[in-house]
Amino acid sequence: METYQVDLSEIALRIRREIVRMVYSAQSGHPGGSLSIADILTVLYFKEMNIDPKNPTDPKRDRLILSKGHASPALYATLAIRGFFPISELSGFRKIDSHLEGHVSREIPGVEVSTGSLGQGLGVGVGMALAGRLDHLDYHIYVILGDGEMEEGNVWESLMAGYKYNLRNLTAILDRNGIQLDGYTRDIMPLHDIHSMVESFGWNVIEIDGHSFSEIESAIEKSKTSERPTFIIANTVKGKGVDFMENNPKYHGSPPESEELYRRAMRQLGEEL
Amino acid sequence: MKSESLRDAYGKELVKLGSKDADIVVLDADLSSSTKTGYFANAFPDRFFNMGISEQSMVTTAAGLALSGKKPFVSTFAIFLTRTYEQIRQSVCYNNAPVRFVVTHGGITVGEDGATHQIVEDVGIMSGLPNMNVIVPSDSIETRSVIDYLANVDKPHYVRLSREKFPVINDEDYEFRIGKSITMKDGTDLTIIADGVMVSKSMEAAEQLKKQGISARVINMPSIKPIDRDAIIRSARETGHIVTAEEHSVYNGLGSRVAEVVSESYPVPVRRIGMRDTFGKSGKAWELFSYFHMDVKDIINEAMTCLEEKNYENIP
Repeated sequence: METYQVDLSEIALRIRREIVRMVYSAQSGHPGGSLSIADILTVLYFKEMNIDPKNPTDPKRDRLILSKGHASPALYATLAIRGFFPISELSGFRKIDSHLEGHVSREIPGVEVSTGSLGQGLGVGVGMALAGRLDHLDYHIYVILGDGEMEEGNVWESLMAGYKYNLRNLTAILDRNGIQLDGYTRDIMPLHDIHSMVESFGWNVIEIDGHSFSEIESAIEKSKTSERPTFIIANTVKGKGVDFMENNPKYHGSPPESEELYRRAMRQLGEEL
Repeated sequence: MKSESLRDAYGKELVKLGSKDADIVVLDADLSSSTKTGYFANAFPDRFFNMGISEQSMVTTAAGLALSGKKPFVSTFAIFLTRTYEQIRQSVCYNNAPVRFVVTHGGITVGEDGATHQIVEDVGIMSGLPNMNVIVPSDSIETRSVIDYLANVDKPHYVRLSREKFPVINDEDYEFRIGKSITMKDGTDLTIIADGVMVSKSMEAAEQLKKQGISARVINMPSIKPIDRDAIIRSARETGHIVTAEEHSVYNGLGSRVAEVVSESYPVPVRRIGMRDTFGKSGKAWELFSYFHMDVKDIINEAMTCLEEKNYENIP
């Protein structure tokens, strides 16, 4: 068990290094909200999800929708490391001769849905969960949302639909990092009590430390057997793992400004330079 | 001439399709008794999803169903679908998810409910979306054929139906083909290109023009995108002047598309009948055509103006 935990840590660190490398190479992109979900993606893709990189369109596969599509570096890095496409392709991120679009694109192996405009992924997840039920397939749908994204009305409409159809095969995971583009979510548009708000919509709500592998794993396991759709509030740190990015709204959508900062970030993420 | 409801034809055809194809699912936003998807809801309750008055939820859910191999038909009033333009753009069209939008209550034939419910911009809005096809049927027969066609499409489609019954003008054996028009009446002096209810009005105009010795060709153009370029260019060559008629704004609808095609390939004058940068208003559906200068007499007037211009051009 102990060695397994170490493996997950190494994978998460590797994902974080690739995130920083991608945005620095592209000189654009969203590192903060990518670093905050690296641990969640690690547990999902390397432990929990039923997926096969050699058969990415298997009808029985689990599906993940990254509704906060600006965190594309995190998903692309995860998919590449998991074997859906060569890691060397990550260097093409946001460049004209690459398929790695700025925001999540379905053209990329392993990606289920193109996203990038906030608020829509949970609805798409509702549709996929309904399809799974109609087809009598017991796959599970995971949707990762940002907390700024909760300001979109579409999310709340889809929460109502998830309750109405009691989609037990649907799990939403909220990356609760507290920061959006213009600043702190509590200043821009506070979510008064997100836990009870979502609970009152009829969902099973679980609150965890979004950087604890064991808590992430346990919450996802619980969601698989829940009698209701599950909403996991993962408390996270935006920019997690890089000291000057942590909890800094500036790094929502900006790469490290200098070679020196880039090297500092990579050293902190375990790169031997 | 008998009239039939397009939305009723849609609802009943949907039940027929549903009995043959278990992948067909239907979503509505609390308007199923008006859009007539209620027939499907009664026949196949497990495959009908009433999403409530939550159009954004309805559209994104439909995208998820389509991306999972289902064949979703999505219905509400035309006006309310457009509030989800961006969901249609991102979740449906960018993903190329084959969602079938079949909306009712398009245009001014909504009548008494008035301007808030009479959308005359939707065809333009939807035509601008990459991957989206746009269809405006002219009667119940064409509607049934379009719905059959939608069963096996691999990209998003937008079909605009009406609240009012429309005169039945197509033959019983009519078969819709995407990107193709139908010459309803041949003619040599000018061509009237129309969609929706304006096809029957154009045929009536052509009959009256004939009495005055004018030979007008009438083309039914149900497929706004892709449009039948060949038929438009052929008419431009063979008859010269073109009149377009649509129950929609003259901006970004059928008239604009026809003008684009002739401008690029064979320029002839195009005179457009439709809503001229204005909202609709309350009134009886069929009174509104006269009010907005979109009735049979207005088509005749435009046709006469065309011919006057043509004669002027022909003076040596």
